[in-house]
Amino acid sequence: MSAASPERLVYMANQIARFFASQPGEAAAATADHLRAFWAPAMRKEIIAWVEAGGGGLDPVAAGAVALLRQSAQGKAHGDAPA
Amino acid sequence: MSLIEEIDYGTPASASEAQVHLTIDGQSVTVPAGTSLIRAAKQMGTTIPKLCATDSLKAFGSCRLCLVEIDGRPGTPAACTTPVAPGMVVHTQTPKLKKLRKGVMELYISDHPLDCLTCAANGDCELQDMAGAVGLREVRYGYEGENHLALPCDESNPYFTFDPAKCIVCSRCVRACDEVQGTLALTVSDRGFGSQIAASQSEPFLESECVSCGACVQACPTAALTEKAVIEIGQPEHSAVTTCAYCGVGCTFKAEMRGEELVRMVPWKDGKANRGHSCVKGRFAWGYANHRERILNPMIRNSISEPWQEASWDEAIAHAASEFRRIEARYGRNAVGGITSSRCTNEETFLVQKLIRTAFGNNNVDTCARVCHSPTGYGLKTAFGTSAGTQDFDSVEHADVIMVIGANPTDGHPVFASRMKRRLRQGAKLIVIDPRRIDLVRTPHIEAEQHLALRPGSNVAVLTAIAHVIVAERLVNEAFVRERCDWQEFQEWADFVTRPEHSPEATETLTGVDPEALRAAARLYATGGAAAIYYGLGVTEHSQGSTTVMAIANLAMATGNIGRLGAGVNPLRGQNNVQGACDMGSFPHELSGYRHVSDPAARALFEADWGVKIDPEPGLRIPNMLDAAVGGDFKAIYIQGEDILQSDPNTKHVAAGLAAMECVVVQDLFLNETANYAHVFLPGSTFLEKNGTFTNAERRIQRVRKVMTPLNGYEDWEITQLLSNALGYRMAYAHPSEIMDEIARLTPTFAGVSFESLEREGSIQWPCNEAAPHGTPVMHLEGFVRGRGKFVMTEYVPTDEKVGPRFPLLLTTGRILSQYNVGAQTRRTDNVVWHEEDLLEIHPHDAETRGARDGQRVTLRSRAGETSLRAKITDRVAPGVVYTTFHHPGTQANVVTTEFTDWATDCPEYKVTAVQVAPSNGPSAWQQQYDAQAQQSRRVKRLEPGE
Repeated sequence: MSAASPERLVYMANQIARFFASQPGEAAAATADHLRAFWAPAMRKEIIAWVEAGGGGLDPVAAGAVALLRQSAQGKAHGDAPA
Repeated sequence: MSLIEEIDYGTPASASEAQVHLTIDGQSVTVPAGTSLIRAAKQMGTTIPKLCATDSLKAFGSCRLCLVEIDGRPGTPAACTTPVAPGMVVHTQTPKLKKLRKGVMELYISDHPLDCLTCAANGDCELQDMAGAVGLREVRYGYEGENHLALPCDESNPYFTFDPAKCIVCSRCVRACDEVQGTLALTVSDRGFGSQIAASQSEPFLESECVSCGACVQACPTAALTEKAVIEIGQPEHSAVTTCAYCGVGCTFKAEMRGEELVRMVPWKDGKANRGHSCVKGRFAWGYANHRERILNPMIRNSISEPWQEASWDEAIAHAASEFRRIEARYGRNAVGGITSSRCTNEETFLVQKLIRTAFGNNNVDTCARVCHSPTGYGLKTAFGTSAGTQDFDSVEHADVIMVIGANPTDGHPVFASRMKRRLRQGAKLIVIDPRRIDLVRTPHIEAEQHLALRPGSNVAVLTAIAHVIVAERLVNEAFVRERCDWQEFQEWADFVTRPEHSPEATETLTGVDPEALRAAARLYATGGAAAIYYGLGVTEHSQGSTTVMAIANLAMATGNIGRLGAGVNPLRGQNNVQGACDMGSFPHELSGYRHVSDPAARALFEADWGVKIDPEPGLRIPNMLDAAVGGDFKAIYIQGEDILQSDPNTKHVAAGLAAMECVVVQDLFLNETANYAHVFLPGSTFLEKNGTFTNAERRIQRVRKVMTPLNGYEDWEITQLLSNALGYRMAYAHPSEIMDEIARLTPTFAGVSFESLEREGSIQWPCNEAAPHGTPVMHLEGFVRGRGKFVMTEYVPTDEKVGPRFPLLLTTGRILSQYNVGAQTRRTDNVVWHEEDLLEIHPHDAETRGARDGQRVTLRSRAGETSLRAKITDRVAPGVVYTTFHHPGTQANVVTTEFTDWATDCPEYKVTAVQVAPSNGPSAWQQQYDAQAQQSRRVKRLEPGE
């Protein structure tokens, strides 16, 4: 299920990442937390799939956040924490 | 049920804590110092005759009826203008006073029509009452002398008449306009016998500066100013107190009835939000409830190209339920969702999100706050721990400095604006941060100390620059910050804001704001005493809306302007129940009381009560639902009381999303624009036809009381219940009070709220629980809800919506006093006489260079779309900025707005769109196409009797 085009999701993720990059602390983790809290699972899956398919456009912090989502998704597949 | 009569004490209450003992008519009385004799007597139970005095206005002393005698004092002073004094002995009824009063009344009646039996105010006329009170039996002067009886009546205002023949020139109307409304539109022209009440320069009311708030009508003691509905229908015979269904101020009114016919709405003096005042919408614009275009029967159709077919409630509900189940079966559980309404009650909103979380089994629920104040929820929760404003409206009476950011209170929140203006006239200082020169900047007896006319989209840069000045000039309230906030975070923030790039001088090129003016504003806010910030959608509807809210919170914390009277951070909510809709769990990530769906403890509470598993993942927001619909994955939606096609940005995208769905269910009063794409229409009920509660911008929960039978057959909560039952999830509420009991059971901040407690308290501001059994007028008094206040870095990120050669102007949008939101209600009232179409405000220079003339139709074009409307040339907007409203569907203002949104919440960036303006000959192609589609879509095949 897609809740937005990948380009739109990339744009939104970069917006979020830019905010957290200006805050103290681990920006990628904070961005990932925001995506978990406010994005529907379909949106998170979509952006993970975009990255897995080699899609670009994410800035480094956003890319780090999506990597974290991907890790936890893989963990979830193995019975760990949710994505 | 009877007519609710409010006691008029003659003059306002004194706030003094000192008590004064005196004797009135032989009885010992104790009242606060400063109380007038007329009020002291009334509190004791004695009514002194009066005409020019009323307790909503300062004493005036002109009618000479309330005369009293005081032992040891000469003459017969007026009881309204004479304050109590210790040991005073007062007589309210003596032979001398009787004679004087009767003489005064004789003079009044000698120049007054003797048509009491056919007068509209018969039975509700203070002049009539006073004639009775003083025992007037004859008028020695006769009625043949010079008089005012032949003066023509002013019928120009659609809602009330002014009949100067019935005017006693008591000046109550003039003073109400001055003191209560603050418009100062009325005066007494001429002098002596020629004295007459005049609107502006003796103009008809409609053409004058009058804003039709109704304060003068309410104050008038005779039939001089009378509601046309009273003239037409007659005097009401019973009433109920209810809450207005327009803006977030939440005015309470007495709905005065004759049978089931509404005669008039009269602002309730005990209403804690409005304190007896009203605006043109709440007071007069209720005629939509009986408008001929209201839909009263359910309707269904298989496709939006077909005409509507009227159906029974059973058929329509069964059809909607079967469509939702068919679509779920085919496309999956997440292919359906819904939107709750900020115009409906808390109970109705709670029920819709419950239906979605239970019967649909997902969290695909959102509300119109998505497109207005969702950044307020995110920003204030981050900074303070609570997604709501911090003060009650009364707090403004204690403010020394008022900063208004991105709000236009005199148009959007007029009744609160009147209270704010009163405080400003008393001497509080005003700072306005807004691209437009809103009325508040310069209005009678008020002038902003600073108006920072910033470039649209530069809020964060301006607020961070203000913070820069406060920190750099050592204006921080360090004791407050150390006690209440995280000191380490503060220091990091202070380092951030004092960077040279955040100085007013450095940011001027981004913001267009004069650095000296900004510095002066910062100093005033930080050092001027209790400083309150009031803000609106000019803050939130930006790509950095949430950041701006947190920048505002930073300022309040840094200066200690929070957690006390007269200060605080106050979002001015748009719709009547937008606060309540957010509180009730309308967002896809939160259950009621702002608890995230991922919280197992919160979910467990609901799961135990509702008997279903709650999805622990957030659902789709409105923009996500529309995107998913266009993408083919979201197929059905239940929309209660929202018109997303007109109100949401990028109309073409919204239309495409709706058109892509297989089942759109719209529950509303009228065939709104969204209904053009609907397959099931469920007729809704008005606020007059239902029981429930609304929560206003100050977190005040107030009762909505049913005063007439729903014309459509059901209150809105009943319709949701029918749908839920048809979907197989059992709901069996007999009354909305049972829904509120459930809300209280499941929501800690509402734990003490019930219809019984609301009846007892009148209204309650949440949190209301064991710790605060009577509610919480001002929040964060001792500490922040989150513990320590959080300072957040507010880096300015320019919007990606850029002006350029193709689109060199910035469009910003807003609203106007006489209209409300998408205009579905107000366009169906006589309010259209003030605003029959949306206009494009454009600066004279920009108009000149484009060849646009005032009143001429122009094309408004952005990269998203194109529309046309008439131009209004004004220097109220700065060069490079244009402005319009979105009240009329024909304008299609949101065809032009774009898909950019707030980074945190997806709230659309309505306030910044790059556009071009050019002369035009007529409607755009889209407007023509849209109009044709709307007409086609609104065809209705009526249900024949017996069918």
